[in-house]
Parts: sequence; C-alpha cells; structure tokens
Amino acid sequence: MSVENGIGVSVKRKEDQRFITGNGKYLDDINKFGQTHGHFLRSPYAFAKIKNIDLSAAKTAPGVVDIFTGADMTADGIGGLICGWGINSKDGSPHVAPPHPCLATDTVKHVGDQVAFIVAETLQQAKDAAELIDVDYEELKSVTDVRQAAAAGAPQVHEEAAGNQCYDWEIGDKAAVDAAFTNAHHITKIDLINNRVSPNPMEPRAALGEYDPGTGEYTLHTTSQNPHVARLLLSAFVGVAPENKLRVIAPDVGGGFGTKIFLYAEETTAVWASKRVGRPIKWTADRSESFLTDAHGRDHATHAEMAFDADGHILGFRVSTKANMGAYLSTFASAVPTYLYATLLNGQYKMPCIYAEVQALFTNTTPVDAYRGAGRPEATYVVERIMERAARDMNMDPTELRLKNFIQPDAYPYETPVIMTYDTGDYPLTMTTAKDMIDYTGFAARKAKSAANGKLRGIGSSAYIEACGIAPSAAVGSLGAGVGLWESAEVRFNPTGSVTVFTGSHSHGQGHETTFAQLIADQLGVPFESIEVVHGDTTKVPFGMGTYGSRSLAVGGSAITKAADKIVEKAKKIAAHLMEASADDIEHSHGVFSVAGTDKQLTIGEIAFAAYVPHNYPADLEPGLAENAFYDPLNFTFPAGTHIAEVEIDPDTGVVEVVDWAAADDFGNVINPMIVEGQVHGGVAQGIGQALLEGVVYDDDSGQLLTGSYMDYCMPRADNFPNFRVETTNTPCPSNPLGVKGCGEAGAIAAPAALMNAITDALGKEIDMPATSEKVWRAAQNA
Amino acid sequence: MYSFNYERPSGINDAAGAVGEDDKFLAGGQSYLPTLKLRLAQVDKLVDLGGISDLKGISVSGGEISIGAMTTHGTVATSSDVRSSIPALADMAAHIGDAQVRNRGTIGGSIANNDPAADYPSALVALNATVHTNKRSITADDFFVDLFETALEDGELITKVTFPVPQKAAYAKFPNPASRFALVGVFVAQTTSGARVAVTGAGPCVFRQSDMEAALSGNFSGAAVKGIQTVADKLNADIHASADYRAHLISVMAARAVDAAS
Repeated sequence: MSVENGIGVSVKRKEDQRFITGNGKYLDDINKFGQTHGHFLRSPYAFAKIKNIDLSAAKTAPGVVDIFTGADMTADGIGGLICGWGINSKDGSPHVAPPHPCLATDTVKHVGDQVAFIVAETLQQAKDAAELIDVDYEELKSVTDVRQAAAAGAPQVHEEAAGNQCYDWEIGDKAAVDAAFTNAHHITKIDLINNRVSPNPMEPRAALGEYDPGTGEYTLHTTSQNPHVARLLLSAFVGVAPENKLRVIAPDVGGGFGTKIFLYAEETTAVWASKRVGRPIKWTADRSESFLTDAHGRDHATHAEMAFDADGHILGFRVSTKANMGAYLSTFASAVPTYLYATLLNGQYKMPCIYAEVQALFTNTTPVDAYRGAGRPEATYVVERIMERAARDMNMDPTELRLKNFIQPDAYPYETPVIMTYDTGDYPLTMTTAKDMIDYTGFAARKAKSAANGKLRGIGSSAYIEACGIAPSAAVGSLGAGVGLWESAEVRFNPTGSVTVFTGSHSHGQGHETTFAQLIADQLGVPFESIEVVHGDTTKVPFGMGTYGSRSLAVGGSAITKAADKIVEKAKKIAAHLMEASADDIEHSHGVFSVAGTDKQLTIGEIAFAAYVPHNYPADLEPGLAENAFYDPLNFTFPAGTHIAEVEIDPDTGVVEVVDWAAADDFGNVINPMIVEGQVHGGVAQGIGQALLEGVVYDDDSGQLLTGSYMDYCMPRADNFPNFRVETTNTPCPSNPLGVKGCGEAGAIAAPAALMNAITDALGKEIDMPATSEKVWRAAQNA
Repeated sequence: MYSFNYERPSGINDAAGAVGEDDKFLAGGQSYLPTLKLRLAQVDKLVDLGGISDLKGISVSGGEISIGAMTTHGTVATSSDVRSSIPALADMAAHIGDAQVRNRGTIGGSIANNDPAADYPSALVALNATVHTNKRSITADDFFVDLFETALEDGELITKVTFPVPQKAAYAKFPNPASRFALVGVFVAQTTSGARVAVTGAGPCVFRQSDMEAALSGNFSGAAVKGIQTVADKLNADIHASADYRAHLISVMAARAVDAAS
C-alpha cells in the first residue's frame, strides 16, 4: 500500500516555502542584544615570520572593544585546532600534525592566515582598526604546488614536517601487483592532475558567540554541518568550555559541500572571545575570506598504471598520488586521500590486485579537506580516466572494456583488494541504461554531422562507485577515525497526534525536513503536514554526527526508522489494552492498529492521545509516546552508476559545449525522486564545474591567491549545461533497514571523468582539468 | 567601504561645480561601488549624476544616434531607435554584465572608466563615435588613451555620445568565463569612409586593427580577416588567456563579427 506523501513520492520540499520567500533564518539574520562585530586581520603573505605586532594605535581607535592575538589565546589555555583522523605512514609512524593555532603566534603559513581578532561596535570600525595594526613581517620563500613541495630544497612549511611530508601511506599488495605487471599483455600509464577547487556555498561561513555569566554557558551559532562534532572539538580539544556548558546551534545553513564540516579558527575565536568582552560577537565571512579560508577540495597529482591480459581483463592496478594538505591539517583532511580515496580504486571492476601509495604534503596554501565526494571523486577520476585511455590504447570501445571487467550482479558480497566489501549492485545495467539514454550507437552519425560543421565531437563515460552511508564505527575506528559514525534520532508524538522528529543529521540544502517527514508519514501514517523535523541545536537534538558522505538518509534515516519501530512496539501494547486484545494479536500497517480477525482498529493519533492522557492505560507501561534510537550501520553503502557525457568543441576557439548528459545511478530505494534528481543535477553541475571551469590558482613566486573573487574563479552557470537525462536503477541496499544508498555526492564523483573522457575523445589527446578554452584550443591545433 | 560624502545635483553645471580633486562622479557605479566596498578605493565625495535628466535619453537625427551619458545599458539594448539604426550596438549592450548591471550601468560611466575589458569602448571606436562633454567634443579615437585612462580632464563631465549610423556593423565577444567581461571583443563596422575594426579586452586599451581594416575595405567578408594575425607583444596575458591565444581570438572574433554584420 502506498501512502500519501510517503516513500517514493516526489513531495515538494516543505522547507522551500521559507527559503524562497526570504524567511529562512540564516546566521547573519540572527542578532543579539549588545552584539559586537568581529573582524580578522589576515596575513597578506603566503609564508612569513611575525617579528612584532603593535596594537597600540588600533586599540584606541573609535568603537574598538578589544583586540586579541595568538598570545592571548595561549595565555588563556586555548589550544589549537586538531585533525580527528590518524593516518600511519608505511613505516608505522603517525602522521605529522603540526600546531594549528586559531590566531598565528610567530608564523603565518598561507595568505589569509589569522593574525589578530578585532572586536568593535560596528564592522566598519573593526575594519578601520585592523588597518591601524602594525605587523612586522619577515617574508619567507613559499611553496604552493604539491609536486614542488616534495622536491629537494623546497621551502619547509613546518619545522616538524621534514620534506613537508605529513605522511607516506600505502594500501594493497605491492608484490602481487609487481608480479601482475610482469605478466601483462598490455600496460596503460597515465599522469593526472586533480585540480584544487573552492567549495563556494552560497552562504559564507559565519559565527555568533555569546557567554552567559549567570549560568557560565557559552552559545555558539555557527554555519556547521555537524554542530555536535563542533561542540565536542571545542570542548575536548580546544578547551573553550565543557560540553555541558557549550551550546552549538547551526540554524538554516545555505550550502556546505563539505567545507562546513570542519572546525575553523573563526568560530572558535569568536565564542572564546565573547566571554572576554562580555558581549555577543558576530563574524560573517565576506566572499574574499571564503576564497582564502574555506577548506579547499581535491589537489592531487597522480601517476597510475594498469595491467591487462590479451583479452582486456584487468590484471593489476598501481597508483601513486601526491596530495596537497595545505598549510595545516584540517579536521578530517588526513582521511580524504587515504581511506576515502584509495579504498575506492577498485572501481566497479574485478581487479585481482591493487597497490596505492599516497604522500600527503604541506604547502603554503589554504587547508584542503573533504569537498563533495571527498576522495571518491579523486579515485573515480583516476580509475575512469585510465580505463578510457586503456580502451583507446587497445582499440576497444571504452564501454565494452568496462562491461568485460565489471563485477557481475551475482558476485555479492564482493571483497575488493582494498578492504571494501561491496554489498550489492548491477553495474552492467547502469552502463547499458546510460548508453540507451544517450543513444550511444548513434554517436558516430552525430560526430560526422559535427565534423561537417567544423566541430569536434566526443563522448566519454564514467562508471563510478562510492562508499557512502558513512560509516560503521568499528570499521572507521580501526582505520584511525577519532569518532564513531553512527547517527541518532528521536520520534516524539505530541498528545494531539502530530510528531516532532529530532535528528542528529543536519540539513543545509538537502531537504531533510521533507524526506525525513516522508519516512514517518509512511511508517506511522501521520499526515505529512503534521510532522516537523528538528535539527542543528545541541540542546534540542540528541548527540549526532551530522551530515556529509551521503550519510543522512542511510544512517540518520535508519535511526529515525529504528525509533519509529520502537513507537510501533509500544503503540501495539497500548492498542491491545484499549481494544482488550492480546498484544500478539495487534497488527500494524502505516499507523493503523487492528485486532487480527476483527474490525476493531485504532489510529496512531488515538493511541498517542491515550499515552499522554492515560486514564485508561496499561498499568505496567510508561505514559507518553516518544522513542529514540542510535543507529550504527553494518557496512558502507555503495551507490554506483554510469554517467556519459557528450561534447562538441569549436576548434577555432577551444570552447567546449556539453551537449548531452546521461546519468544512470543505482541509489537503492528512493524516498523522494524529485529531491534525488535535484541532488544529481547539483552534483553533476559541480563536477562539470571542476572539469571545465573551476580551479584555484596560486602565484608560483609569491604564493598569492590569484582566484580570489568571482572575477577570476569561474563558477559554472546554468548556460554551461545541457538538460541532464537522469534515471535511477535500484538494487536495494542490504545493510540498512530502508535499503537506501545515498545520492548527494554521486554527480560530483561521476562527472569530471565522464566530461574529460568526452573531451579527450574529441581531441584525440589527453589534457588536464580544468579544460579551459585555451588548453583545448592548443590541443585542437596540434590534433 | 570607507565613509564618504554624497551629493545628487539636478543640473550639469551644478554637478561639474560640485566635484573636487578627491571626488568622483557616480554614473551607475557598477564598477566603482564594488571597488569601494572592497576598500580598494577611497573617495571624499560622490557626485551622483543619476538625478540629471538632461543626461538621459536617446534620439535620432541626421543619420546619427545620440545617447545621453546616463542612459543605461538596458535602455540602449531595448531602444527601438538603436535596434533599428545600429542593431549591433543594441546587441552589444544586451550582453554587458547581467540584468542588474544593465539596469544600473551607463554608457557614460563605462567609457569614463575605460576598463580594458569593457565592451563599449570598442563600439565607440569602430562606429567612429564622438564623445561630448560639458566643455568640448572628442572623437572616440582620441578619447580612449590607455589603461583606465581617457582624454577627460578633472571635473570634465560626459554629456552624450553620438554615433553616425554605419552601413553595417556587428560585435563578437569572447567572454572571460568567470567575469564574462570581454576576454576579446571585436566590433566591426562598414562606414562610408571605410571599414573600422576595434578590439577590446585583448590589450591594455581598446585599439584599431588597421591590417584588418585595410583588408575589409576591399572585401568585407570574414574570410578577408580570418588569416590576419595581431602581434601578441602588447596584448594582455593572465590566468584566463595568454597573449598568443588572445591574438588568435582577435582573428576568429573579427571574422565572426564581419560575417554577422547587418
């Protein structure tokens, strides 16, 4: 029986009413009585020693309340920021995590590094005062490129990190791969740059810190994807306040894409300083600060080799990657190029053996951490670029080479050589679906037509896989994670039958208020409009791990389902009492409880009322109807699919037009198809952005950020895209009660390789991302 | 943004008299206000020209279009007079910035700023326009001097721009993918006195491509200019395009403009 507004229905997003009418409550919309304004003085240099900071003129400037430096925080016992995932090098040594102070003490290590925090009556006064601070810098030679950072004689970003190395990690079986290559019929090699990108959520990061001297409690409003994790870090590691004296609220948050997972210097400083000045302090990043300080994504340089037998079967895969960490180790940075990357290098294929080594390096750049997909896009990019290249080298159709090597639908569970156990899937189906959607067989005719018009046409595929539903706590703990990755929920009935759902997940654009309400509407038969979803406030919701890694539905949604299961169990006992039957005879379907074999029934609303007004109630049962659950997943989920891109290139200018796009994704069961399609659109848009337009550029000599505004950093726009063709297939996920896999990152994971494969197909030669018109034009000239 | 004083006079002479050495005219502010907001510039007083009705409007007479200095890009883009007389000019205005910029930015503000990547300078030069100020008239060839530099003197105020109607004209722009300013923009016009080719975006200031003008005078077709290369030495180079690529794009955009001219 399908339920109105239940699972599988494209219900319109209830949160959009407030967002599109300007009634969303974002951080900068919140103001407190007596509020001051914070502003950070930032380093103008990529790398410099601070010889002296003279605050004397600034401190007496109009409107200044106080000014803080790193020395003040140190004196107050406030620690630096930490990385929450430990990675060990090949030799067993732990990764190097140099100090990461909120305000620089003696050295600045990237342009935009925080030097001082000015608190004033108005933002303009804070900025005016910042200009009066006299910092005596001694500029040092900097390094921004990851390959140069590894070179002998490169500037040393941290004295703790010899050769700028954070770690030199490996996974897989080196000996087996070496042997496989010895026996290979064909070997394809490729060198790839995965370009650094800036996440650019629409809402900039912001913080509002306040301290209540009466209770000794701090409250921090912050643009976070995981407020409880922020609270944990601020309490246990930074030392601002104990968890019970610190409330963290993430209100409506306008996009995250990963960059709002992390604990940053700004919110830490603002909440700490609010006690020092005795007044609330607000800080909101301007877009220039976002470019300078929001954790960036990607930035890998990779060499990969794949060995094949004479029939085109994969024999072994060898990958060597240099990963840029930036100037400091951000909250989860170490995990991204290791356990979120190399564990997915198996792709969708039967690979007998894999060996990957990853060297992580510090540079004088903005820290790099998880960005939509986080490691998995980088893995897909390597696997799918080399598969396409290998097919061309062996004169095979790239889709046929993939079909020949796919793990077959009857082979699950499938253990890869890089620790993952794929649970289910049908890779041949998504590939053939995508080919049909884009009329793959008709490509030759379309290419000929383009050629007649003087254009180059290309087609390229990407058969991606990702590990989502992050993650089984024991598994990630064994890999170095400092936290568990379960999720929490409470389903609370009100006496009148409406429901409030409390979730530890956090919505910053994903539509949880709608999707989670659909779960309850379906399972408990409560009208959709009678369900509220609450998230983002550590005093309201149970401790939760937040939203990232396409985990909210698979883990957070499962926790809600588990809590609702408990509601059903209790409701059955109440129903049995009220209908004078045995609890064993009570049957439940979508919120209707009936006595088997009779026409007696009660709705969940009637039962909820009885639970809160227990005049006629089981003597051995607690009143009330509210249950919570903590859900720890059994495995990762493995969304997978094939995207196929088709491009037309103008060889006179090098302009690439993306003319068609087919996305066939297996996300398991789908709760709201419209929201899923929207997530695919957004992900593909970001993936196309990375491949075609985006790229953070630092000046080699000075280390200055050259892409510090939208005048130079190119975000994709609607006219860069065709209409996307999106379809889903469904092999239900066996490792969570909803059978869902997650959809938020898929597009960003699949798209770059598909697009670059289409472009290189058209050009007949390899180029790196972003495929700017000049790069493409030069390649087309020499084609 | 640093604080500044603000004045909004209603007459041309009042405006000219109100602007001192450290002051600026505000003529739409689509480049200058962001610069102020980023604290990249500081000004004592802004004299807003938006209240001067004499500086607004479009008229046609004697084979010439006259556009008031404070006429917005949006007005030029949608003007039936411009669309019927010089459709290339309306088309160019329709592709400046975005709708918000076109509704605030003005022709006078754009040419007084003389951003090397702005579209308007190429239109004025190719169409052999005349810039009229409160003191004199200046040909477009003489008006645009160098990077962000014009022939305007301190306190001199543009009142209108007059464009002789060409036989045909077109503008082809290769936008910077990020800013969508012209990475290279080529405005071509066939006039009674010959062909004119003006290039914006590629160099520090709009310039005429005389080799192309000579080629077009005998044969006004894209094929006539496509093979003509521009020397790259003095062209701009940045993270978006090298000088060589810009030089190449001049040829491509010039040919496309010529073929599209109407």
